[in-house]
Amino acid sequence: MSGFRYALSDTLVLAKRSLLRIPRAPDLLLSFTVQPIMFVLLFAYVFGGAIETPGYSYIDFLMPGIIVQTMSFGGFITALGLSEDLKKGLIDRFRSLPMSRGAVLAGRTLADVATNSISITVMLVVGVIAGFSFDAPLLHIVGGLLLLLLFGYAFSWVFAFVGLTSSSPEAAQSLGFILIFPLTFVSSAFVPVESMPGALQAFAEVNPFTIVVDAMRSLFLGAPAGNNVWGAVAWSLGIAAVFAFLSVRRYKRAVVR
Amino acid sequence: MSTDFAIEAEGLRKSYKDVRALDGVDLQVPAGTVLGLLGPNGAGKTTAVRILTTLLPPDGGSARVAGLDVASQAPQLRTKIGLAGQYAAVDENLTGAENLEMVGRLYHLPKGEPRARAAELLERFDLSDAADRLVRTYSGGMRRRLDLAAALVARPPVLFLDEPTTGLDPRSRIALWETIEGRVADGTTVLLTTQYLDEADRLADRISVIDRGHVIAEGSSDELKDQLGGERLDVTLEDVADAEAAIAALEPIAAERPTMVDGVLRMPIHQRKGTIGAAVLRLNEAEIGIDDVAMRRPSLDEVFLTLTGHTAAEEEGEEER
Repeated sequence: MSGFRYALSDTLVLAKRSLLRIPRAPDLLLSFTVQPIMFVLLFAYVFGGAIETPGYSYIDFLMPGIIVQTMSFGGFITALGLSEDLKKGLIDRFRSLPMSRGAVLAGRTLADVATNSISITVMLVVGVIAGFSFDAPLLHIVGGLLLLLLFGYAFSWVFAFVGLTSSSPEAAQSLGFILIFPLTFVSSAFVPVESMPGALQAFAEVNPFTIVVDAMRSLFLGAPAGNNVWGAVAWSLGIAAVFAFLSVRRYKRAVVR
Repeated sequence: MSTDFAIEAEGLRKSYKDVRALDGVDLQVPAGTVLGLLGPNGAGKTTAVRILTTLLPPDGGSARVAGLDVASQAPQLRTKIGLAGQYAAVDENLTGAENLEMVGRLYHLPKGEPRARAAELLERFDLSDAADRLVRTYSGGMRRRLDLAAALVARPPVLFLDEPTTGLDPRSRIALWETIEGRVADGTTVLLTTQYLDEADRLADRISVIDRGHVIAEGSSDELKDQLGGERLDVTLEDVADAEAAIAALEPIAAERPTMVDGVLRMPIHQRKGTIGAAVLRLNEAEIGIDDVAMRRPSLDEVFLTLTGHTAAEEEGEEER
């Protein structure tokens, strides 16, 4: 086998390992099924009546935003898993094996794509029950779903880096939360950007979350896209590339704690 | 460098910030033998293992394992080694069988081999009944056995065991020792770190005592003990006030003048045969009461204490480097 095929097979072996964990430690299952449902329902019914979203019903406005937010957090499973692996000496074992250097990280982030797919499905079902409907050609909708998975994948690499650098699984989780939560709120995900005060609005307009959420609104609801779709793809690829580089470099030096 | 050595290190150096973990360590382990790397916590044992298993680059010096350089031939070297660490590095949410199969796949064993090998090792490590149970239901001893089995999946010619029995109950320790002895009988070279002297005494052909980043003594267990002198007779007197009289009575049959150490009269001897009888006779003649008489050989503990100025257990709890 060539180096590339080894890398691929190592990655798949480790992705399988990550996925096997989910039915066996079902506490994780809650975080990417029940939690997103809860968010959809809370936002739709608690805030929905109070937020003006010209041109859309709030549930239509909300769904692209809340799915993007959920995608950005899906990678916490990677952070949690890597942090535990470091603590338990598994990273040392993997690093002593003649396996591909990036496979542990690539396997985990790949497994996140599967769990993110489940999250998207669950949220769309709940969204549709709550009144959401697509208003775009099928091709755009499929493109939108792929963009969501790509964006989630990019953030899995952010979380991979967080998991390798933080001191404990708990720290990894809260660090990820503190970094990403404000970014998702100061964006067009939940409220129209125009409703924010000046400084926040300026930030929200350049926030990659806004770009991705706007791209999703154009792909799911037919909103005018501008350059947002390609901007969103570029941001996702950029984030993935930068954090994959940083994470693999960090992994090679990983020291047991 | 000679290829007769399965592990060979020269002048290994490694510092962490201001701590010198290794300060010029040389090691030579002939193929098919066991080297015990003995030292207190923080002595540099784990650092040495991490360098030799390619987990950590040394700051200076060079090392070869199975004839391959740790720096320039790391990928090939990793196919020749197995590592079992201080932690049971196994996945709690996989079964025992799944853990071993995963490791077999990551060693890129031929198709079908990882599963067959997993079954074989589970059998040998007495884990067949637990093969399909999640590891998080395993006891500490079972996890360690699985961890050691994982290190053996690819039948590596060189095995690194970093404190393999720390935290195990006595029965599990002895079982693990027997397994390690079995591997050595099959020709595997083992580097074993430990802070337990009985473990080094039992398993190691040669012992390197390491303290504060230096190898401070090297030899077989017997050679190290001989460095402290040979056998001696320890006599506990009924009344310590008789010490001077006892020393005078025993001096003619002693190799050196006896001394009082911690309330016990310690007498270096020429030979074992007849010495106890002669000593008892002389003390009786001098009308000195005896509580206890025992022939003793220095323990590895005493060797260690003499060499390092502290006991192996004394520095326990300090951070391992």
